[in-house]
Amino acid sequence: MTLLNLYLTFFKIGLFTIGGGLASLPLLQESVVNSGMIRQTEFIDMVAISQSTPGPIGINMATFAGFKLAGIAGGFVATLGIISPSLIIIMIIAAWMKNFASRPAVKGVMSGIRPAALGLIASAAWFILQKALFIPVSPDGESAFSIPALLLFAGLALAYRLKPASPILYIVAGGALGLLIF
Amino acid sequence: MNEMAVLYSLFFRIGLFSVGGGYVMLPMLRSELVEKRGWADDRELLDYYAIGQATPGIIAINTATFIGFKRCGIAGAVAATAGMVTPSLIIILLIAALIPSIQANPFVQKAFKGIRVAVAMLLAGTLISLARKSWKSPWEIALTAGAFAAVVAFGAAPVPIILAAGAAGWLFSRKRRARA
Repeated sequence: MTLLNLYLTFFKIGLFTIGGGLASLPLLQESVVNSGMIRQTEFIDMVAISQSTPGPIGINMATFAGFKLAGIAGGFVATLGIISPSLIIIMIIAAWMKNFASRPAVKGVMSGIRPAALGLIASAAWFILQKALFIPVSPDGESAFSIPALLLFAGLALAYRLKPASPILYIVAGGALGLLIF
Repeated sequence: MNEMAVLYSLFFRIGLFSVGGGYVMLPMLRSELVEKRGWADDRELLDYYAIGQATPGIIAINTATFIGFKRCGIAGAVAATAGMVTPSLIIILLIAALIPSIQANPFVQKAFKGIRVAVAMLLAGTLISLARKSWKSPWEIALTAGAFAAVVAFGAAPVPIILAAGAAGWLFSRKRRARA
């Protein structure tokens, strides 16, 4: 696959991914697995690693797939491809908002979207909370409610309420305590 | 430090610590942009998220582009987005090149179990502060609850929810203005 083709493939994936990195999965599956470029098992490993390493899932997946297909240059080109649609579209919207944000119609639309966005964030938090508290207990993927996870949640929440610090500190503390209690 | 470098390093840090998707970076964005720097208020932050969700592209990248553009135009958008993707590029290229079995390491798995709990706690805390500031009437609470239920109970996709909420907001504000 030439680098130009790689760029265009991931440009298309970026363009049709709406609403979160995981939304890019079916598109990725279609363009790199179904076309025979990457094996299905490799693809599943790629998803798992992308979800559990730093950075947006979609970017991690693009870097990974690009590397598998065309080495280090491929990793860069695929990432550039997947972010290009965002850069173009969002800059147009941001420039437009500057001029139109004070219009009553735009204000009205945004007054409805804002609380709904809060609901969407709450639903994502709900799914993340389930994943955090219900932990796999057997290799075949069965999960059970974890008391240590609940206690860790309560402890971190108490620390957060008493002395709010940078989120990074809680993430590092969560990782360190995870090593001790799980 | 000039502002481009500030944008790049800020989003580099956010990219480095957002494990598991765009929502995870919300607590960090709020602490950096709203509380520490005053670059945006809670309302604007929700606007970025809503627009990032309803437009093509990865939410984290859309949000970085949006904030970078607001601060320093096109150069700012590019700097913020470049910062956001740099940690991914470095870490994933290293992992892809070196150890395919890192995922199976039991220590890595234990650490990630703890990280997931911390992420859930931070998101819950951020949600509470955002709700406190943006809920001003029962109408807003109903929209939030409706969007939450649509996803959790009915598995709805974000785009139709955002579009429907936008239409509802437009109709509601027209009615209110007509009455005033």
